[in-house]
Amino acid sequence: MFIPHDPFFDMDRKFSIYYDVIAVFAFILGGGNLLRVHLNKVYQKRTDWKYSIVTVAGFFLMLIAGLFKLGVHAYVQEGVQFSRWAADFQGTESLFKYLYDCTFQPLQSTMFSLLAFFVASASYRAFRAKTLEATILLIAAFVILIRPTPLGYYLTFWLPDQLSFLKVGNLSTWILAVPNMVGQRAIMIGIALGIVSTSMRLILGIERGYLGGES
Amino acid sequence: MGDAETKLTLIEKLGRVDRRIVFLVMGLAVLIPLLVHYTTMIPASPIVQNMFDKVESLPPGAKVLISFDYGPSTAPENQPMATSITRHCLEKGLRIYMISLWATGPRQAMELIDEVIKPEFPNTKDGVDWVHLGFKAGGQGLINTLLADFRAMYTTDVNGVSVDKIPMMEGVKSLKDLDLIYCIGSGQPGNKEWIQFAGDPGHIPVGGGTTAVMAPQLYPYYPKQTVGLLGGLQGAAEYEAALIARYPKYKDMSRVASEKMGPQVSAHLVIAAFIILGNVTFLIERRRRRKA
Amino acid sequence: MFTSHLAASIGMWIAGLLTLMIFSFLYKDNPFYKFAEHLFVGVSAAYWMVVGFWTTLVPNLIAQLWPSHMGNFVPSAVGRRPDIWYVIPLVFGILMLMRLSPKANWFSRWAMAFVIGFAAGTNFTRYIQSDFVSQIYSSIEPLYTRGLSVMGTIGDVFSKVIIVGGLLSALIYFYFSKEHKGTFGRAARLGIWVLMAAFGATFGYTVMARISLLTGRMDFLIKWIGGIFT
Repeated sequence: MFIPHDPFFDMDRKFSIYYDVIAVFAFILGGGNLLRVHLNKVYQKRTDWKYSIVTVAGFFLMLIAGLFKLGVHAYVQEGVQFSRWAADFQGTESLFKYLYDCTFQPLQSTMFSLLAFFVASASYRAFRAKTLEATILLIAAFVILIRPTPLGYYLTFWLPDQLSFLKVGNLSTWILAVPNMVGQRAIMIGIALGIVSTSMRLILGIERGYLGGES
Repeated sequence: MGDAETKLTLIEKLGRVDRRIVFLVMGLAVLIPLLVHYTTMIPASPIVQNMFDKVESLPPGAKVLISFDYGPSTAPENQPMATSITRHCLEKGLRIYMISLWATGPRQAMELIDEVIKPEFPNTKDGVDWVHLGFKAGGQGLINTLLADFRAMYTTDVNGVSVDKIPMMEGVKSLKDLDLIYCIGSGQPGNKEWIQFAGDPGHIPVGGGTTAVMAPQLYPYYPKQTVGLLGGLQGAAEYEAALIARYPKYKDMSRVASEKMGPQVSAHLVIAAFIILGNVTFLIERRRRRKA
Repeated sequence: MFTSHLAASIGMWIAGLLTLMIFSFLYKDNPFYKFAEHLFVGVSAAYWMVVGFWTTLVPNLIAQLWPSHMGNFVPSAVGRRPDIWYVIPLVFGILMLMRLSPKANWFSRWAMAFVIGFAAGTNFTRYIQSDFVSQIYSSIEPLYTRGLSVMGTIGDVFSKVIIVGGLLSALIYFYFSKEHKGTFGRAARLGIWVLMAAFGATFGYTVMARISLLTGRMDFLIKWIGGIFT
């Protein structure tokens, strides 16, 4: 990265590719670990072990459907016949796509949408103007929240042009572009310095925690 | 005295509503506007308008990379962004290269192809005006590779056609051969990684959209490192408004973001009401405790 | 078979029922929610494995090492010469998988070392450039911009003072090696206010994000239940 000439430039390019490939093995490792944990749970009949059967069954169903391209057919492209193994594993007729559409997609979407309810509950129960700092947070959040609403319009539409910067729409834009940007920038600089120092420690061998302890 | 005590008890009750009632009110605030099809248009803010103007300034034939870095969990926010940018690009005759850093991205790209590109732009061709290259693992490592050698990772498109046989891949050897990188992101890897690993080192214009959760964190990159940013569903609705202002024909087409802003607005009002209610009851109780 | 009308209807019902099972958690934790949650864990792990296998392992590893044998799977690999350098990621990948073995998991340290080292090297330069130098460069702008009205100029100057002053104050707040007293403490307090404004904006946008997701699911439920009655 520091030396953009060969052979280092070529090494950088190759190592990027190797990193990408090794990342996939990490996915396989994750799947293997999941199986190990849940099969252990079933074997030892620990709490909620019956649900682990559901996990393992869902895992194998999806895995077999995808790895063996179930439901996928051979196809012809530009007059050339291709085998089913060359076809898209997520093609319209595949079992893998079907399972994705009726299980993975609704489950993932719904899990995330639950957060809307908890955010509402948190706004009501925990969001209190107890200190000056909390009040600043509250005001900033409130202005951002009411910006797209009729309340945001009617609260300040009557302000004269000289005070148009206080209208909710303009105020919201300013809050995002100035104080929010400054706060995020300060956090970003702090994180960048932390990453740089950690990277230095890793490169120099001072930090070895990722190796999992001495042996 | 009795009325004051009753009133205070009512205040206490309002401050301690069961959370399931809160959930129910929230659910109704989203459900009712959907049932009555309440829609709202939001004018583009400067950061969204800048993104629009950048795409608008590109000449026909310019190469735009769209990275689908999201999945079904954030599709309600991100898919409308994909729809708007695709309409804008194809309207202007720009060439679209679709890739993904997320394994769930290709399905979203396919949905876009089936629901927007094929029905609305039937004269455009796969491989000539747009191409779907699919997902590759690696995140920032992939971006690094693509910046140096695009074809080292993408040897075929999702249909197995070799990139050497795809007309619009001619002359595309690295990300530097592209005119704009448009990332539709929802986390990591996403917009930040495209800026850090492609935009800054390769001096390639980067822009895009992201979920509302991530949007405030990307403001420091604007305007020098990202040309613009669509933040959440509101950002998508603003881009739709900008597109309609420039190309009025899209007013009669499906405008998913604007249609979904109706429930957004009512839910925001409910949350604002909950915040006010929670704080009013808190302040009254605190004053009562201080008097006591 | 999986594109037939019957399959689509069954799929819609499965998706609808799973959605309601997840939403049942809002009332309280229950077996239906646990079933759906555990199913999600298994299905998503397999999804990532399958996608990684067919999109990266097959075309970018196996087809690079044995192109002549992979013609059925990756037609474009036919006629290519094997690239022997791809043995390196193959070996590292297998070493990574050794982590599953209690006796041989120390082999995975070699793969981890490569991955961590590569990430440290690339992050080092990228974060310095994008998240440090560029951010400081973007913060220092000329105080006066020509062509603005009087009110516009006042607002612009005010904003730029906030940007520089607020950034310095927030960075001072993050400096914990010196006690936050006196002028230093007052500057740190100003930094906290700036950070609170940022967190408030983040909260507002987070609310927006969550509601968007809920809108998506409600829309699906309306279509599903509406489809039952029409």
